[in-house]
Amino acid sequence: MTPNGWLQILFYAVVVFAITKPTGLYILKVYDGSLRWFAPVERLFYRLLGVDPEEDQHWTRYTAALLVFSAVSMLVTYVVLRLQGHLPLNPFQRPAVVGRQAFETAASFTTNTNWQSYSGETTMSYLSQMTQLAFHNFASAACGVAAAVALARGVARRSGGRIGNFWVDLIRGTLYLFLPLSFVLALLFVQQGTIQNFAHYVTVTTVEGVKQVLAMGPVASQSAIKQLGTNGGGFFNANAAHPFENPTPWTNFLSMLAIFVVPAGLTYFYGRTVKNQRHGWALWAAMFVLFAGGVTTVYWAEARGNPIHAARGVDIVTSASNPGGNMEGKEVRFGIANSALYATVTTDASCGAVNSMHDSFTPLGGMVPLVNIQLGELIFGGVGSGLYGMIVMAVLTVFIAGLMVGRTPEYLGKKIQSREVRMAMLYVLIFPAVILLFTAASSVLPAGLAGRNNAGPHGFSEMLYAFTSVTGNNGSAFAGLTGTTYYYNTMLGLGTLFGRFAMMVPMLALAGFLAERRTVPESAGTFPVTTPLFVVLLLGVILIVGALTFFPALSLGPIVEHFLMHAGRLF
Amino acid sequence: MALTKRPLFDPPIVKRAIRDAFVKTVNVRHMVRNPVMFVVLVGGILTTLVLVRDLASGAAGTAFTLQLALWLWFTVVFANFAEAMAEGRGKAQADTLRKSRTQTSAKRLRDPANQESFESVPADDLRKGDIVVCMPGDMIPGDGEVIEGVASVDESAITGESAPVIRESGGDRSAVTGGTRVLSDYLVIRITADPGETFLDRMIGLVEGAKRQKTPNEIALIILLSGLTIVFLFAVVTLQPFAIYSGGAVAIPILVALLVCLIPTTIGGLLSAIGIAGMDRMIQHNVIAMSGRAVEAAGDVNTLLLDKTGTITLGNRQAVEFVPAPGITREHLADRAQLASLPDETPEGRSIVVLAKQFGLRGRPLSEGEHGHLELVPFSAASRMSGVNARGLELRKGAAEAIGRWLREHGAETPAALTTEVERIAKSGGTPLVVAEREDGKARALGVIYLKDVIKGGMRERFGQLRAMGIRTVMITGDNQLTAAAIAAEAGVDDFLAEATPEDKMALIKREQAGGRLVAMTGDGTNDAPALAQADVAVAMNTGTQAAKEAGNLIDLDSNPTKLIEVVEIGKQLLITRGSLTTFSIANDVAKYFALIPAMFVATYPALQALNIMRLHSAQSAVLASVIFNALIIIALIPLALRGVRWRPAPAATILRRNLWIYGVGGIFVPFAGIKLIDMLLVLLRMV
Repeated sequence: MTPNGWLQILFYAVVVFAITKPTGLYILKVYDGSLRWFAPVERLFYRLLGVDPEEDQHWTRYTAALLVFSAVSMLVTYVVLRLQGHLPLNPFQRPAVVGRQAFETAASFTTNTNWQSYSGETTMSYLSQMTQLAFHNFASAACGVAAAVALARGVARRSGGRIGNFWVDLIRGTLYLFLPLSFVLALLFVQQGTIQNFAHYVTVTTVEGVKQVLAMGPVASQSAIKQLGTNGGGFFNANAAHPFENPTPWTNFLSMLAIFVVPAGLTYFYGRTVKNQRHGWALWAAMFVLFAGGVTTVYWAEARGNPIHAARGVDIVTSASNPGGNMEGKEVRFGIANSALYATVTTDASCGAVNSMHDSFTPLGGMVPLVNIQLGELIFGGVGSGLYGMIVMAVLTVFIAGLMVGRTPEYLGKKIQSREVRMAMLYVLIFPAVILLFTAASSVLPAGLAGRNNAGPHGFSEMLYAFTSVTGNNGSAFAGLTGTTYYYNTMLGLGTLFGRFAMMVPMLALAGFLAERRTVPESAGTFPVTTPLFVVLLLGVILIVGALTFFPALSLGPIVEHFLMHAGRLF
Repeated sequence: MALTKRPLFDPPIVKRAIRDAFVKTVNVRHMVRNPVMFVVLVGGILTTLVLVRDLASGAAGTAFTLQLALWLWFTVVFANFAEAMAEGRGKAQADTLRKSRTQTSAKRLRDPANQESFESVPADDLRKGDIVVCMPGDMIPGDGEVIEGVASVDESAITGESAPVIRESGGDRSAVTGGTRVLSDYLVIRITADPGETFLDRMIGLVEGAKRQKTPNEIALIILLSGLTIVFLFAVVTLQPFAIYSGGAVAIPILVALLVCLIPTTIGGLLSAIGIAGMDRMIQHNVIAMSGRAVEAAGDVNTLLLDKTGTITLGNRQAVEFVPAPGITREHLADRAQLASLPDETPEGRSIVVLAKQFGLRGRPLSEGEHGHLELVPFSAASRMSGVNARGLELRKGAAEAIGRWLREHGAETPAALTTEVERIAKSGGTPLVVAEREDGKARALGVIYLKDVIKGGMRERFGQLRAMGIRTVMITGDNQLTAAAIAAEAGVDDFLAEATPEDKMALIKREQAGGRLVAMTGDGTNDAPALAQADVAVAMNTGTQAAKEAGNLIDLDSNPTKLIEVVEIGKQLLITRGSLTTFSIANDVAKYFALIPAMFVATYPALQALNIMRLHSAQSAVLASVIFNALIIIALIPLALRGVRWRPAPAATILRRNLWIYGVGGIFVPFAGIKLIDMLLVLLRMV
């Protein structure tokens, strides 16, 4: 660990803090309808879809609209991927994507996961990349934010269960939030050297004299939205480690900032919407503490390096000319600090873009990304999903600890009773259930075991990471798992769908139920949700209710691997 | 006294609770209603089956499995014991009440018009609408309404209060309760409840908890606990495939032990005991809760409506100052005021006599004093004054206008200075009482007595505490704005409603509720009934009318309106206890993981010994110690569940910080110490 490394991490943290409020205020304008630059475009879409933008939808209609939209767009993507061989914009004659992989990819992109079991540059046609995958990068992000905005409305309003209009939220989110932001970011990327073209692949002779094909394509535009929408699906297989996508420390910094900008801004938006700005900041603080803890652990673990390397004579001591520590799987231009930070950020938020290979991290360093996702993708989290995940946890915190002040629990003036608790518990329950059951099945079924590249606890971590990643809609891969089998394509695809929609439905039901409740005015007897004490409690609930469930599994994976590594064993 | 205070562990109750605990354990229908404990029961059965199989096959390690199975069964029994203890206290109360419901016979009138002609029938034969007559010494045979007569009634069987109360036809004191006794005079009563539906019957039912329904918050908490149980079920069930992958399956009893330790058994086992104990605590305060919901709502109350008289002030005004008219000495005024009040038996009159004593005036004989025999001129609505007539002397005291009229009749005027004083007193919230004399045919005003509402001691502090807890107090009074404002300011209430009519009160409740606030009030009169029915927490006075009692959801047997504050505190204590034990239970999991995970996998991965931070002796001792801790903590917390968590009124943030330290942080660290201790004991006793 170096002062320079810490300074870079600190700089990142300060900038995240600084952009929270302006972004939040902008998001507020996006969803309250006061931005109108694209009004004609908006109207056109509403006419095409045949929706009334003035309609305030009951939560059941809102949810149905979201599900129908997702189902239809997923089906279209499946069909396009299957037929891409017969469709235009396919200069390299890429054939149809196989059925199971097309299903997995369609599910993965619809759910904002972007788990990729294929190499983008050798599987997808430009048409598939630009009309389907890019479309989902925008739409799935807008869906996530829409759902969070709906929950915020549910908490703030008393409207008989009406939580806004899905179509309006979807279209406004895309037009005013994600399109302009990614346009600006793409230009910044291009300025830094990220490629953006439709050129033919370039064949070059390397210094070793080997011929190598360099893939080309509209990379900057794709990368911008994949970060901003916490999608993470890379244009290249190497994702953000690829020098054409992430060429400089500045693109690296901007990429990481782009991941947190909307989720961080949403906490401010939320505080404004529910008229309790300090509560918004309390959620932000809880997220920040978990982020800081994560990045510190990874940086410490990676900078400390692997004792087995040292024993074999590798110099793991940091010096001016040697990054030291564990550099396996990391890009030299980013070093340990920026790799640790990127790994933390991309798994805190459900982005999943990577600039280093998490599989090559030390066991503890690799456990942090895993735990980040297992906490429920709420450390800033996915666009929208981070906020609503945190709100559900806040509801549970208020319910568990709220009684301790001698009143039946209320969250921001809304009584939390059996209906609300049932939905919050469903949300919390589905997540570990899918991860643990799918991993359990894979750890005994031959089809599951066949996918591992490593044995022992490390192989276990690979499976656990894969199911954690898809269910958390993260999409980052631990690498090392061969996911292109019938079994894994199907299971992982199902994992993304459960992790997205089986959790979103109870969450939107919670929004609707809260919107039916009257607001109890705040008094000195109200459970405080703005204090540092609340932040501590919230963290306690997230860690004990959320993470402890995974403790047995983790102890058989990275934890035991850590102890074994120090005993000199590798897997 | 019907409702006695009992020690927490009364031997007969404990004995019955132990028996009930075993009966409940084998009652599957009872167990299913508590999902957390049901899982423990299934785990116990599973472990027992494994034990039987191992014994049959002669496998090793049966001593360990036996202990494990026993402790799992104990866990269930302990939880049921907690519930049985809470119920037992109620049942004991109910038994006492039942004894007081002796079989009585009733004198039923054949013809309501003729009180001489009645027939003797068993009380059980009485139906709604029957008319009975009760003579001195008679037990009142059922709940009813007095339609004729005034009598003193001994209600100690219901209220525990030995002083007799007056019951009379008409007005707010017309309701009588079956099982009470007429002491003097007679009453003609119209029966208002069929047998089995009387107040006493309902009270027995409520005290016994026979018809106890789960409250909304309890239901929500059970959903949370069930959800957590399912989460941990997934964590444990999937552990077996993980273990098999890692190269060593875990024995079923150990998986059961892990599951039982992780699911929230502490709160799951104590939850219903906490609820029952909350209602029991109300009973200890002589308040009968008609439903658990009312107790819970009491904790949530935002606004307290308090009647001024009897709640905030002592029932009666008291003389606090003599203000003489110009040219009159204070001593003279005191002397005359005392004289005028000597035969006056009203509390105000007596307080004037008491105040006059401070001027060295001792009590004087009513007859044959210096003024001869004193003849009382009683207060009447027409004259609005009272006084005495004596030899050559007439004294009058009363409202300023009334005395002014009297003076004018006798050719005198009220001095302007006195009128100013009268206004001053009225403005400051007091009642001015003007005193005048007519000696030897010459009338003159002597001065004014300042009668003041006396605020009960400590009320200001209590309202301050309520305010700190976020509860607003509103004083309800029939006084005019000025008086009400002055008293409200002195008592320290947040708001007041002056010249209140029942309609005003109702409107106020609805207004508060429309703003999302919960309202609590007390009432006793029939005209209070609609407001009582509207309020979220409505404490009806036992002395009140039948209508008021039916509209309320709590009944105060002592008929003490100040108790509303205690009712709120008991409600809060119930919720705090529930929340604290939930937090404690969930926080316990951290230590249990650190005890059990290394124990389960150390055979497969010896490196995991590093997680055994408690340095427990062996895998078996770790598992047993965790399960034993888990079972014993239920027993250890029963007193807390029954008595309730101690707390002092304070802002929510303060209460939260305190409880979080004790039950949250304590909940994380206590099991580390407890499990380690049990582990050492197990090793010492060679149990493992």
